[in-house]
Amino acid sequence: MSSVDFSWLIGGPQGSGVESGANVFSKVCAELGYQVFGKREFHSNIKGDHSYFTVRVSDKLIHSNVNDVSLMISFDAETIFRHSSEVMPGGGIIYDSDLEKISTDSVGTLDNYFKERLHRELESKNKPFTIDGVLEIAREKGVNLYPVSFKTILASLAEETENPRLKGMIRMFNVIGVSLSLGLIKMPPDSLLKSIDSIFSKKPQIAEINKQAATYSYNYAASKFPDFSFVLSGTEKQSDTILVQGHQGTSIGKMVSGCRFQSYYPITPASDESVFLESNEILEVHDDRPGSTTVIQTEDEISAIGMMIGSALTGTRSSTSTSGPGFALMTEAIGWAGMNEVPIVLTLYQRSGPSTGLPTRHGQDDLLFAVAGSFGDFPRIVYASGDIEESFYDTGNCFNYSDVYQVPVIHMMDKFLSSSVVTCKRFDPQKITINRGKLLEKVEGEYKRFAFTEDGISPRSRLGLDNGIFWNTGDESDETGHITEDPQMRIKMMDKRMSKLDLILKQVPKDEQIVSYGVHDYTIISWGSTKGPILDALEMLKKEGIDIGFIQIKLIHPFPTEHVKSLLENVKTIIDIEANHSGQLGKIFKQNVTREIDYFILKYSGRGMTSTEIYESLKRITENKANKREVLEHGA
Amino acid sequence: MALKLADYKTTVHNDWCPGCGDFGIVNALQMALAEMGIERDKAAIFSGIGCSGKTSHFINTYGIHTLHGRVLTFAQGGKLANPEMTVLAVGGDGDGLGIGAGHFVAAGRRNIDMTYIIFDNGVYGLTKGQASPTLKLGEKTKSLPSPNTNYNVNPIGLAVASGFTFVARAYSYDVRHLKDLIVKAVQHKGLSFLDVLQPCPTYNDLNTRDWYAGEDLAKESIERHSRIYKLEDTHFDPVVHYDDEIDEKLAQALIKSLEWGNKIPTGIFYKNEIISPFATRLTDKIPNYLENPPAKQNISKDGIPTTDVSKILDSMKV
Repeated sequence: MSSVDFSWLIGGPQGSGVESGANVFSKVCAELGYQVFGKREFHSNIKGDHSYFTVRVSDKLIHSNVNDVSLMISFDAETIFRHSSEVMPGGGIIYDSDLEKISTDSVGTLDNYFKERLHRELESKNKPFTIDGVLEIAREKGVNLYPVSFKTILASLAEETENPRLKGMIRMFNVIGVSLSLGLIKMPPDSLLKSIDSIFSKKPQIAEINKQAATYSYNYAASKFPDFSFVLSGTEKQSDTILVQGHQGTSIGKMVSGCRFQSYYPITPASDESVFLESNEILEVHDDRPGSTTVIQTEDEISAIGMMIGSALTGTRSSTSTSGPGFALMTEAIGWAGMNEVPIVLTLYQRSGPSTGLPTRHGQDDLLFAVAGSFGDFPRIVYASGDIEESFYDTGNCFNYSDVYQVPVIHMMDKFLSSSVVTCKRFDPQKITINRGKLLEKVEGEYKRFAFTEDGISPRSRLGLDNGIFWNTGDESDETGHITEDPQMRIKMMDKRMSKLDLILKQVPKDEQIVSYGVHDYTIISWGSTKGPILDALEMLKKEGIDIGFIQIKLIHPFPTEHVKSLLENVKTIIDIEANHSGQLGKIFKQNVTREIDYFILKYSGRGMTSTEIYESLKRITENKANKREVLEHGA
Repeated sequence: MALKLADYKTTVHNDWCPGCGDFGIVNALQMALAEMGIERDKAAIFSGIGCSGKTSHFINTYGIHTLHGRVLTFAQGGKLANPEMTVLAVGGDGDGLGIGAGHFVAAGRRNIDMTYIIFDNGVYGLTKGQASPTLKLGEKTKSLPSPNTNYNVNPIGLAVASGFTFVARAYSYDVRHLKDLIVKAVQHKGLSFLDVLQPCPTYNDLNTRDWYAGEDLAKESIERHSRIYKLEDTHFDPVVHYDDEIDEKLAQALIKSLEWGNKIPTGIFYKNEIISPFATRLTDKIPNYLENPPAKQNISKDGIPTTDVSKILDSMKV
């Protein structure tokens, strides 16, 4: 059997069901045994602006999107204008034939910057500024065009089922689009009907109509366009596979880790996690009565972190989830938590900054801010996950670090991860351990919250514990937690708190600090969600006999300098890959390792990296043809 | 062994100015805790920043001295996670009604069962006497370069408008009355607010102890003419007895809150136990929230998580 690597793109106005269409498509592919990597792109808008979803499907493990689209489905003009150039020769475009004569000027949501670029392209090829024009270019490139009148489909369906209401049901365009696609690639239709049933399980009548539309469209494409070269008839199913949404790694990770309090303020792309936690607020517990997560939507992020700290002081594992602008508001209180040695986990789903930036787009812009945000010196941990599966287990680690070292932990996630839908191995809760560190169950004798100890970490009482009374303050304090301005006590307390950084580096297992995928003459350093596209790019290079190393740095603060140094000792060329403008990890690396980065591969267009573009840049580097800063641009 | 007043005092040196109204508040707090017999390790005092922020260090219960303006956020988190605690939040009027005003309003909407006390003196003392939110427009306390250009916040009015279900005012030199009001505030089921008029002897030379005592009014007379009077000595009934009465009682409290000048009311302005406390709203969603709150839940056994997410994972299975 030849291997399958198929990329499908669906686009349409926000609110038209692009996302649910893509979820159905992903689910159907996954149920037939394929690995799926899907990613959503959308504007900061509720209804009307362009959004699209790319789903890559393969019978092998995949971690990223590629540049080329194999099949595009479009029921609006904008999708065709924006994405038809991404479709590869031999690929296909299914489009609504009623759109053929639409001109660029009649699509109000096409911005001028894009329109100018498109017009230049059309002009150079002597084509009209219409859908016909762009499709003509695609056709000349070798793309198969599949015109379908969506209205006619609805009309025929209405006639066939004697249900005249169906004629106007343009809400079903997404289901029709997905079904046409599946008919075209000859994917068995049973899963399609099953997933429609499950989506509309509470509305059986709607489910029935949708299934009729799906069956009709599926058969229409299968019989009318039988010659499409991509055929995905199913593959061997991997056991224990789940289809997981971006935020579910950290949210389910929080449930398992025993996080019982989450306060948050709504912000893209972080709030999905909190909403999921609240939707599942009652928890089943082995051999015990039900537990629960108290999820509080606060008035702002300052309140979110304040409440989280208040809750953490009771011994409850507590958390919040936010993005850059919210994190900015939290920084004063992070310092308070650092000063008072309160364990908290702050999940930071980054997006493109600065300021409001590109609020629904991807960026890894906040690493330096996470490491340094807030005034004064205090210990913290900054820990970065590379993919959704990893983020589940990392959430467990983050809670343990925060409890054991009594520090705030900032868990770095991002928009690329949060708006992905992927297949991965079913999360194994048994692989998460719970270590509460020096949290006390009872107190005997005199108690001092900040007692000096050999390792710098004091036994921790909690609000409400018998005989465990303590005081906290944002002022410098003595061992009891009362204010002091004594210079000698100040030195001892600062040393006590800051000594935890060395302890963390000494005690956190090496493989939790850095994951090495091999080290070669050329070796990549990177962090976070670039992991997936890097791994896929390395696989592509390997096939050409080019070996490039990769170390994924997960523990970014405190920075594992010695470990990095020893790993990279014999490396000749260091390549830093990050989704930001300044190469923020590179700066931290240079400061600690005192070595220059040889090449940067950076992307700050607000779109996630594809493996294709990383592959191309790496190749240029090995051929000595690259710029010191390779800036990636792919994506609409 | 029954707890005595002395048990609620710490040995921490108190560095407030001589004659500061804050002393009366901390004394009344300790008296109220002793009177109610609240176990020391089942009470927590959260405080903001400024002179009043130090209060938590003087009381021998759990004491959390937080950030400027943020005291209510920390306190609410503590109470939500461990509802068996008696939680009191304290702070100045600048802390609660200036930088913290947003949290004040939001806390009212939640109505979590705890008590918030504002030390209300019209100035920012620890930064040398700038105008604070309750200072009246056009007034000039001694360290202001020019008269105050802002209209004042009305703490009582803001509290009733925001959803606080117990709203009262006290005077820090009437310690016994203040103590009684603290007891009533703590015993109230829901979020209680106590605005305590507290002269700052160092920076507020307008609203002084003598001014509250009405010495200027008494010049022509033999009797003292204290500005402070108690609502309970009048026919004022602050309690909402049934649903239909809420609007009327809110309006009555607001009108009463505007009284200022030669007559300043203290006592309870508004009390409503018909509005559900936040814990009841949570219990509607999470039936065993109060028996098994966040701080009491077992999350692991021998280091292994006990939460069972298999149903959620099953739903994601392909």
